Amino acid sequence: MDALAITLQYVFTGVAIGSIYAMVGLGFNIIYNCTGIINFAQGEFVMLGGMFMVTLTTVWKLPVGIAFPIAVLLVVLVGIGFERIAIHPLKNPSVLVLIMITIAGSILIKGLAMFAWGKEARYLPHFSGETPINIMGATILPQTLWVLASLLTVVVGLAYFFNRTLIGKAMRACAHNPDAARLVGISVKQMVTLSFGLSSGIGAIAGVVITPIILMDYQRGAMLALKGFGAAILGGLGSAPGAVLAGLLIGILESLGAGYISSHYKDAIALIVLLGVLFVRPGGLLGSADVQRLKKF
Amino acid sequence: MKKVLILTTILCLMLSGLGFAAEPAGEPIKIGAVFSVTGKASWLGEPERNTAKMIEAEVNAAGGINGRPIEVIVEDDAGVEANAVNAVKKLVTKDNVIAIVGPSVTGASLAVKPIAEEFGVPLISCAAAESIVNPVAKWVFKTPQKDSDCAIRIFEYMKSKGLTKVAIITSTDAFGDNGRKQLKAHAPQMGIEIAADETYGPADTDMTAQLTKIKASDAQAVINWSVVPAQVTVSKNMRQLGMTIPLYQSHGFGNVKYAQASGEAGEGIIFPAGRLLVVDTLADDNPQKAVLAKYKSDYESKFNDQVSTFGGHAYDALWLVINAIKEVGPDKAKIRDYVENTKGFVGTGGIFNFSPEDHCGLDKTAFEMIIVKDSKFVALSAVEKSAAQVIMIQED
Amino acid sequence: MKHYISLAFFIVVVMGLPMIVRNPYYVGTLVFVGIYSLITISLSLLLGYAGQISLGHAAFYGIGAYTSGLLATRCHLSPWIGLVCAAVVAGVLAYSIGRPVLKLRGHYLAMATLGFGEIVYIFLNSTVELTGGPSGFGQIPRFAVGAFSFKNDTRFYYLVWVTVIILLVLVLNVINSRIGRALRSIHGSETAANTMGVNTASYKMQVFVFSAAVSSIAGAYYAHYVTFVSPATFDANTSILLVTMVIIGGMSNVWGAILGALLLGTLPEYLRTFGDYDILIYGAIMLIIMMFAPEGLAGIAAAVKRKFEGTLVPRAAA
Repeated sequence: MDALAITLQYVFTGVAIGSIYAMVGLGFNIIYNCTGIINFAQGEFVMLGGMFMVTLTTVWKLPVGIAFPIAVLLVVLVGIGFERIAIHPLKNPSVLVLIMITIAGSILIKGLAMFAWGKEARYLPHFSGETPINIMGATILPQTLWVLASLLTVVVGLAYFFNRTLIGKAMRACAHNPDAARLVGISVKQMVTLSFGLSSGIGAIAGVVITPIILMDYQRGAMLALKGFGAAILGGLGSAPGAVLAGLLIGILESLGAGYISSHYKDAIALIVLLGVLFVRPGGLLGSADVQRLKKF
Repeated sequence: MKKVLILTTILCLMLSGLGFAAEPAGEPIKIGAVFSVTGKASWLGEPERNTAKMIEAEVNAAGGINGRPIEVIVEDDAGVEANAVNAVKKLVTKDNVIAIVGPSVTGASLAVKPIAEEFGVPLISCAAAESIVNPVAKWVFKTPQKDSDCAIRIFEYMKSKGLTKVAIITSTDAFGDNGRKQLKAHAPQMGIEIAADETYGPADTDMTAQLTKIKASDAQAVINWSVVPAQVTVSKNMRQLGMTIPLYQSHGFGNVKYAQASGEAGEGIIFPAGRLLVVDTLADDNPQKAVLAKYKSDYESKFNDQVSTFGGHAYDALWLVINAIKEVGPDKAKIRDYVENTKGFVGTGGIFNFSPEDHCGLDKTAFEMIIVKDSKFVALSAVEKSAAQVIMIQED
Repeated sequence: MKHYISLAFFIVVVMGLPMIVRNPYYVGTLVFVGIYSLITISLSLLLGYAGQISLGHAAFYGIGAYTSGLLATRCHLSPWIGLVCAAVVAGVLAYSIGRPVLKLRGHYLAMATLGFGEIVYIFLNSTVELTGGPSGFGQIPRFAVGAFSFKNDTRFYYLVWVTVIILLVLVLNVINSRIGRALRSIHGSETAANTMGVNTASYKMQVFVFSAAVSSIAGAYYAHYVTFVSPATFDANTSILLVTMVIIGGMSNVWGAILGALLLGTLPEYLRTFGDYDILIYGAIMLIIMMFAPEGLAGIAAAVKRKFEGTLVPRAAA
């Protein structure tokens, strides 16, 4: 391998890692936009997506094309159910209390998944085989293209939803000013439910497409959520393109760090850059610190 | 003021709650077990707990020990050191167990080592790292094979194939770290050069960056030392990069599911492990065969799950304790002495010969070199023998 | 005044407990509760009073454990000196990162502290020659005064809980002083506090450094009690657990901080009998407390108290 091919390989690896972070990070934004909270159970939605997919394709023997939407739908139901049971009944909860509730929810979901799928890691065949695609001496797996394609689809879909549809616009209104939204007749509570549905759906899509690469076990969600949270923050909370940009950036930093500096410190390198960016831009890459100041927390 | 009153009441209630769960010491002989039934290493704790409960039922169905049933009290430490400390104290001071099996993981085992010493209770760890029994502590033993022997077996095999330059890639948890230390310690004296030394986080999703570096080095083979899921990812990433040099894994690869998950990329992986994984291909006169075959069929029929070497570590530990009780009765000091002087105990991990200097009891012959073939584990000696036969037939 | 009566009562209970509870297992469990309490009390000052979240306090906890543990095993320094060094190291580190970090708000502050904690965790894992790496290191000596060693659980119990009491006295005094009022004003509205002439940055920094130093002392206690440390004890999960203790206990109440540490520190012990189901019960208990008592355990206590008083003195407006 010549030096160029090696560098290109690091970048490809970074994209492969980063696309996973971005995919997980995207899910945080919608609930945040609607409620101002970080949903600590987001990683569990990702895990559930992967696990349902494993069951549907290996036990029920469904083809990927059919199992994929069913898995996502099932997780959406879990997300909505969780919101209806644990968050909907509350009157004027504070942001910190809501976050704690999502932490408790994540523990519960994790526990249930442990009973449902056992403690061993589960695996899923790659959707389009494992023959690597060779570009100028560097390789990338077809599954990574699946992740990137889902990423693009979700970002475009969200842009359309929030800018072109009535429900999407109503949700944005809730995010900007819940009181004003209520005044013009938008049911903020229903929008919150919807935001949980959407977020869990995006998490599930992430889980389905990344499980072939990473294997899935019942406690994988927390680690993924941590990285995804980093991506969402670095990109600027609430910004979908920001999360994608930041996720890829973190992935590439880790990969280049492992390649050119030291694999022992690769995560630290990415985190130091993240902290550095926050110190200069307290609202993240594509976020605004002024908007941040107006949020409840 | 009232707050404090309530605080006190809750405190008292909680303490009385703790006491309430206590049962009077009855007839059964109590043996403690601390496994990571939940948490990060629950894939270890699960087969260990299952195995312990299976043996308990088996012994009691056969009338117990000298007419007394045994009771295995399994505590979960969730892989957390503070929890393991509490669990061991509970077992010793509240349940009055006479011996403890576990913990499952290295960190927890090292954390409870001083407690076993302080309270004088025999503790047989199911965790891998050599530091558990080196330096030797009076009351602490372990059943998994030694990390150093694993490293030596891999190096010996490499040398037999004429390979001297190796890249090592290890995970940054206690298991990978101990492997890394042993590999680096034994390489010079075995005449092996470490061409690259890379690490990754245990939950990392992709190791191609590290492997690209290794590919660019002049390493002739890769040794990966970690547990699932990284060991699967490494093999797949090597295949993705088109790396053709052989991949060796540690004894952490001890579950056939990992070979299946690796798919094509897993073919040809070679690693040292206990003979449990290849019991079907062992010669009938192998001294371990009967024990291994029985454990495998018992476990797999009872739990409808594939047997792993990890549950085997608990099997060996618990039987060591039970054998000791049969011989010397339920007495902590006598059990300790008996275990320390046990020779020729046939377990799943190998044939144990303990001594006051050696609280592990296994040497490098406990390992069988195993190769992955058609997503199954096969003893390398059997493969090489049949390959030699093919050549002989062709020559005829 | 009222605080001192509560405090005196608390002291009597805490000091008297080991006379009734003799089993080392119970005492040992309470030692861990005491170690956690040190951190949660200081965290409640930061989170509940100054309104600054930190998801990185396990790092200070770990720095304390490693500093004191390493000084004692490698340099053969007395653990007492190690304890002081631990507090100083963590305090200096908190001061140096505090300036940029504390400018951040809300979730960004949470991420920055989380990131800081992860960096420390990676450092502990990677500097194998110094720290022993992921396998950690053991044989850390215990605290001793002359020939008197804090070797059994009861002795260590007193050491930890006396420290908790000293910290409580200190914190209760701070809360009811000018500083306490300034902190609460930051929690209310930082902008308003600034406008009124409160130097919010300076107060936030002081509390941050203080809580880091106290957490570090707690870490040193952990190291010399367990006598073995490894990085896994000081990861992000621990940081989140500590904040959870504070919030479950009741954020803006130091007694709540102790309650939270007591509940979540002993809960795993209660749930032992449930085997695998412990994870579900643990999650359910957390969920129920937060759903029905958003003010935490201290909030429940306050509500009970109100109800109790309400029956004696009927109030005009509820």
